[in-house]
Amino acid sequence: MKRAFLIAVPYVWLLALFLIPFAVVFKISLSDIELAIPPYTPTMKDGLWTMLSQLDFENFIFLTQDDLYWKAYLSSLQIALISTVLTLMVGYPMAYAMARAPEQWRPTLLMLVILPFWTSFLIRVYAWIGILSNEGFLNQFLLWIGIIDTPLTVLNTNTAVYIGIVYTYLPFMILPIYSALDRLDGSLIEAAEDLGCSRLKAFWLVTIPLSKNGIIAGCFLVFIPALGEFVIPSLLGGSGTLMIGKVLFEEFFSNRDWPVASAVAVILLLILIVPIVLFQRNEQKQAEAEK
Amino acid sequence: MADTVFAPWDDPDQKPLIRFRNVTKRFGDFTAIDDLTLDIFEQEFFALLGPSGCGKTTMMRMLAGFENPTEGRIELAGNDIAGVPPNKRAVNMMFQSYALFPHLSIWDNIAFGLRRESSDKAAISARVEEMLKLTRLEKFAKRKPHQISGGQRQRVALARSLAKAPKLLLLDEPLGALDAKLREATQFELMDIQEKTGTTFVIVTHDQEEAMTVASRVAVMDEGRIMQVATPEQIYEAPQSVYVADFIGDVNIIRGSATAVGPDRYQIAWAEGRDPVHAVSTRPFSDGQECHLAIRPEKVSIHAEHPAADNAVQGKVLDIAYLGNLSTYHVELPTGEIIKAQVANTRRISRRAFTWEDPVWISWTETAGVLLDQ
Amino acid sequence: MNRLSPFNVVSLTMGFVFLYVPMLILVIFSFNESKLVTVWAGFSTKWYGELLANDAFLDAAWVTLQVAVISSTIATVLGTMAAYVLVRGGRFFGRTLFSGMIYAPLVMPEVITGLSLLLLFIGIGMDRGVLTIVLAHTTFSMCFVSVVVSSRLMTFDQSLEEAALDLGASPFTAFRLVTLPIIAPAVVSGWLLAFTLSLDDLVIASFTSGPSATTLPMKIWSSVRLGVSPEINALSTILIGLVTIGVICASLASKQAALRAKRDEQQAARAA
Repeated sequence: MKRAFLIAVPYVWLLALFLIPFAVVFKISLSDIELAIPPYTPTMKDGLWTMLSQLDFENFIFLTQDDLYWKAYLSSLQIALISTVLTLMVGYPMAYAMARAPEQWRPTLLMLVILPFWTSFLIRVYAWIGILSNEGFLNQFLLWIGIIDTPLTVLNTNTAVYIGIVYTYLPFMILPIYSALDRLDGSLIEAAEDLGCSRLKAFWLVTIPLSKNGIIAGCFLVFIPALGEFVIPSLLGGSGTLMIGKVLFEEFFSNRDWPVASAVAVILLLILIVPIVLFQRNEQKQAEAEK
Repeated sequence: MADTVFAPWDDPDQKPLIRFRNVTKRFGDFTAIDDLTLDIFEQEFFALLGPSGCGKTTMMRMLAGFENPTEGRIELAGNDIAGVPPNKRAVNMMFQSYALFPHLSIWDNIAFGLRRESSDKAAISARVEEMLKLTRLEKFAKRKPHQISGGQRQRVALARSLAKAPKLLLLDEPLGALDAKLREATQFELMDIQEKTGTTFVIVTHDQEEAMTVASRVAVMDEGRIMQVATPEQIYEAPQSVYVADFIGDVNIIRGSATAVGPDRYQIAWAEGRDPVHAVSTRPFSDGQECHLAIRPEKVSIHAEHPAADNAVQGKVLDIAYLGNLSTYHVELPTGEIIKAQVANTRRISRRAFTWEDPVWISWTETAGVLLDQ
Repeated sequence: MNRLSPFNVVSLTMGFVFLYVPMLILVIFSFNESKLVTVWAGFSTKWYGELLANDAFLDAAWVTLQVAVISSTIATVLGTMAAYVLVRGGRFFGRTLFSGMIYAPLVMPEVITGLSLLLLFIGIGMDRGVLTIVLAHTTFSMCFVSVVVSSRLMTFDQSLEEAALDLGASPFTAFRLVTLPIIAPAVVSGWLLAFTLSLDDLVIASFTSGPSATTLPMKIWSSVRLGVSPEINALSTILIGLVTIGVICASLASKQAALRAKRDEQQAARAA
C-alpha cells in the first residue's frame, strides 16, 4: 500500500505535468489557427469526435513548404554540430591536463570548472555582449595591440553564437572526459611506451580509445541542448542566425501562431530522439562495462 | 545431565526450533534451493557450508524474512513464518558487511533494535551496557563505526544482533572480513558467547575450517541441496559422498569395483594387473559395483621397503610439499594416479627420508578409508 | 600521470582565462562610474545604489526567491521518492515509462517544456502566475534531484536497510532513521541544484508566468535585450558573489569532513 503511494505520487505528477502537456502540444499542432481565445480550433468544446475529425497535418505541410523552417532546422543542426566540435577541442586538452595535474590540485581545478555552472546562465551569456560588441573589450584589445585597425564585427553573427555555446557548455564537455581520464590507469601508458610507442602514439592508441565513452557523453551533453538553444542565439546571434528554438519562441510570442509553434516543437522533438537514444545507449554500455 | 553429550538431533522427543519442510526457492528460472528438508534444534551452533552460489545465503535470508520460499514451509518453534516481515520476527542477523549504521555511535547502534520495541530508557541502557560488556566494547561506546577497527566492528555487529535476545541468530560469513590471526581468536569468542547466551546460532560460511571449529553440526550444501548434515567429526571421518569428502579437507580417491570378501569386508579391483586393495564398509555393495575409496592423506604412511600392512602399493615420489608442521608427499603410482601421503615433522632439522624420484611404498589399514558409492 | 607538460599548462591556463575573464570584466565594470559600460571612468558603487532603489528588480528578485524555495523543496521530496522507487521499487506497471519521464526532461529543450506546460495551463483554464511557475519548475527540477539522489542510492549498501528491518524497524522507520540520514548530503545537493536551476531559468518561466509574476531572469532578459547596462552588471556581480561564497563554503566544509574522516581512520587503525 505504502509502496503504491510512493510510486503513484511522482508518477501522477510527471504524467500530469510532463506527458499530458506533450499530448496537448501534439493535438494543437494538428489544429488550425483562429482569431480567438485560445487562438486555435477545434477545441474540446466542439465535442471529442468533431474535434478529432477536424485535426489535420496542415501545419506540418506548411513547415515543409516555407523554407524558413527547414532552413532553421538545418542551421540549428549545423550550429550545434560545429559548436560541439569546438567545445571538444577546447575541453579535451583541459580535461587531459586536469587528469595529469598533481593529486592535491585536482579538487580545486574541478571546482573551478563546476563553479561557472552554478552561476546564472543568462549572466554568463550577457557577459559576452560587452566583450564582442564593436566597441567591446575584444576589439579594444585587438586595436590596442595593433593586430587590426578597424573593429571586427563579431556580435550578432554565428561566430558569437559558437563562442557563447562553447563558453556555457564547456563544463558539460570537460566533466565526463575528465572522469574517464581520471580512471585511466597510468601504467597503461607506460606499458605502451615500454612496448615501443612514442608519447604521441601512446596517447593516440591508448588514451583516446579509453576516454572514448567520456568524449561521446560530453559531445551529446553539448549537442542535445545546443540544438534547442534559445537564449544564446537571441542575445549573441544576428538576424541571420536561424535556430529552431528562437523560431519557435517568436512564432509563439510574436506571431501568436500556436498551431505552427506546436508543429515546430513536435518536429524538433522527433529530431532530438535520435541523439537522445544514442546517448542513452552509450551510457548503458558504459554502465555495463563498469560492472 | 552433565555427562550427556549435546545431541538433540539424535533424540526423537526433541522438537526442532527450525524446520525446513520441502522448501524450494526459485528466482526466475534459477533454482536456488531445491526441495530441502532440515531441522535445527535449540541452542545449536549450526553451520551452512558450501561454495558460493550453493544457496546457503538464500536459506539464511529466508530465515531472516528477506525472501519467502516458492514452495514448502519454514517453521520457527512450530509456527509457519512465511509472510511474517523481517521486522516482526524473533530472528536477528549479523550481516556479512556488518551493516553498522555509519551515522550512529556504537551505543546507538546496539540500542537501535531495543528502541523499536520499548521506550523504557533505563532498561535499554542496562541492556546496551550488558552487551558492551559481553563484547568488551565499553571503551568505544561513544565512537562511530568508522572510528574503530575491523575486529571491533565485528563485535559491535554481534552485540547489536544479540541485544534483542533473539530466539535465533543468523551469522552471514561473520569472520570473512578479518585477517587469519584475528579470525581464529574470534571463532573461539563466538563459541564462548553462544554458550553464555544460549542462543541458537546459524552461521553461513564457505570456510570449512571455520565451520568445523565452531559448529555443533555442519550442513554441506551444493547447488541448492544438502549433501550431508552431521557433526564435524562425522563429516570428516564418515563422509557420505565423494563431494563431501572432497569438499572437506584433502582426500585421495581410488576408483574401482567392489567384491564382498566377508561380512562388511570388500576387496576393490582398482587397476588391471595390480593386487586389489581391501576396505571395511558398513555400506553394502553388490559384487562388481562401482565404488570410490576415500582416504585422508594423514592416514596413508610412506615406507622405503614393502611394509606388512592391509594395503600396500608401490610408486615413486613426484613432489614434496613442506608445510612446516607437516610434509605432504605426492606419490605417483605406475598407473598414473597420484596419492598424497602426509607425515608429521616431529623432529627438527631431520634429514628427509625420501626425495624426488625415490621409489617408495605407501600403505594404509583396512579401516583407514571410507567406501562410497557416489 | 603526474607531470604537466608545457602544453598542459597552457591549455589549462587558456581554458580558465576563457572561463573566468568574461565574468571578471562584468564584476570590474559594475564599479564603473560611466554609463558606458565599455569605457572605464573611475570607481563608483552608484549602480548598486540604483539597483537597490529599483523596485521592479527587487520585486522580481522576491518572486524568484519564493518560486525557487517552494519549487526546489517540493522537487526534492518528489525527486527523492522517484529515486527511491527507481532504485528500490523493483518492477511495477509502467516502470519504463516512469524512468523515461524522469530522464527525458533532463535533455528536453526548455522551449518545448515551456510551450507544452503553457498549453496545458491554458487548456485547463489555469491563471498563470507564481503557482504555474512553481509547478513548471518543480516538474523539471525533480528529475535532476532524482538523478542525483538515485546515483547515491545505487552505491548505498542495502544491507543497512535490511539490518534496520531485522532489528524491528518498519520500512518507513528504516527509511527515516537509516536511509535518509545517510543519503542526506545527496538530498541536500539535489535541493541546491533544483534551487539554482529555478533561480536561473528564463525560458520556462517566460512561458508559464502571467502578467502578475515576473522573475529576475525575465527582468534581466528584458533589459539585456536593449543592450549592456551597468545596473545589470551590478546585479550580476551580486549573484556571482553569492554563488562563489556558497561554493567555496561547501567545498571547505567537504574538505574539513574529508580531513576528519582521515583522522578517524588513523585513530581506528591505532585502536586495532
